[in-house]
Amino acid sequence: MDVSLFLHYGPSLASGLGVTLLCWAAGAALGVVLGFAIALLRRLPVPPLRWLLRALIEIVRGTPFLVQLYLLYDGGPAIGLRLADIPTGILALGIYGSAYFAEIFRAGFDSVPQGQIEAALSLGLSRGAILWRIRVPTMLVAIVPALTNMLIILSKEVVVLSVIAVPELMYQVQSMAAETFAAFETILALALLYWLMVELVARLGRAAERRATAFLRAA
Amino acid sequence: MTDVAMVEMRGVAKTFGALQVLRDIDLTVQTSEVVCLIGPSGSGKSTLLRCINFLEPYDAGEVRIEGRLIGYTETSPRRPMPHHALQKMRRAIGMVFQHFNLWPHMTALENVAEALVRVRGFSRTDATGRARAMLARVGLAEKEKSYPARLSGGQQQRVAIARSLAMEPRLMLFDEPTSALDPELVGEVLQVMRDLAAEGMTMIVVTHEMGFAASVADRIAFLDHGRIVASGSPRAVLHESEEPRVRQFLQTYHERNSF
Repeated sequence: MDVSLFLHYGPSLASGLGVTLLCWAAGAALGVVLGFAIALLRRLPVPPLRWLLRALIEIVRGTPFLVQLYLLYDGGPAIGLRLADIPTGILALGIYGSAYFAEIFRAGFDSVPQGQIEAALSLGLSRGAILWRIRVPTMLVAIVPALTNMLIILSKEVVVLSVIAVPELMYQVQSMAAETFAAFETILALALLYWLMVELVARLGRAAERRATAFLRAA
Repeated sequence: MTDVAMVEMRGVAKTFGALQVLRDIDLTVQTSEVVCLIGPSGSGKSTLLRCINFLEPYDAGEVRIEGRLIGYTETSPRRPMPHHALQKMRRAIGMVFQHFNLWPHMTALENVAEALVRVRGFSRTDATGRARAMLARVGLAEKEKSYPARLSGGQQQRVAIARSLAMEPRLMLFDEPTSALDPELVGEVLQVMRDLAAEGMTMIVVTHEMGFAASVADRIAFLDHGRIVASGSPRAVLHESEEPRVRQFLQTYHERNSF
């Protein structure tokens, strides 16, 4: 294994890592926000809206991310959506993630005991206060592990963005491999980097879980 | 204001699907009165109580709190009241639940302070001060930093009472407040309720504690199959009622509690 290769390609790998982290963070943030919004809207007593959102979720969950990405990349301009590569990638990740996050939040909403909501209603709390002060903190206990899991899954879908030439890590590593023929070393390096990144997030997830459930252990 | 009843229910009815849980309920509760609702399980006592603060929407009839219709507009045909208007009416009505329903992620103090901040617009400092005073009043000053999971059932229920009282309600609803408690913890909760009644709080209490009903209630209403079948002073209902369903219920109660 030729270590000097990595020194030479260091800058492009670093920039690839930066793009990967950007796409992951922005895609995940978009997915969480969209997913939360979908979960909230599905709670409204408007059947057509519920069916529509449910159909959307099923379509997104029922098709491969690679296919969705091409649909957005090739089909987007046809409906007037002209985005650069990175924003397209982020949007695709966000839409893909939102379907799964929406389901996680739905389960979370369902996990909050109705009695806690009734107590809040009887005291005259507003719907907003009930959402942010009661529902969300209570449901986090149940859903932080699932959220962390989805974040990790999403991180690995970032490599797919290389097919639309988003210069993320996979894309950089492939260019490097093409120029140097050192396919094994480069892809191994990619795997190791990914594993480090995911391990970091898993740890953050566990810390978040401890924090969300702190009240269960406090004296 | 003085001659307006705290609660006035007229012809209140409610169905769950095919099941009629409340039929033609008339009930008037004056300021400072303590009314206990008793009856077999499934008789509609809890549903009746929950109609008073509109946690349970009633289908027909009227529920008026200090003369104001709750849950619906005064228009004809009536429409559901806007949420903010309902919220405002609920501020005057405290409620205590069988399963306490404290928020598990907040300490005892935070549970009591929350609505003061969010609903009454208190500053954090003022809310915390008032919350401390309320916890002291139910004898739990030293538990302010405890989370609900670390409190006994009796303590949780006293925190829940403090949480309601902090809002300075003019009416308190109790939905089987001691039914989920171990027998040795019932007394501490009933004592808080006795004190409250003695201070002149208007209270409507769904309970199976006949001793409490007999000694604290000004009036007892007995429900069966969604109707009030007997109503009057504790003596009239518990000792003098000729109503067979009341006699039957009390006999079962006495048999179960004698050993």
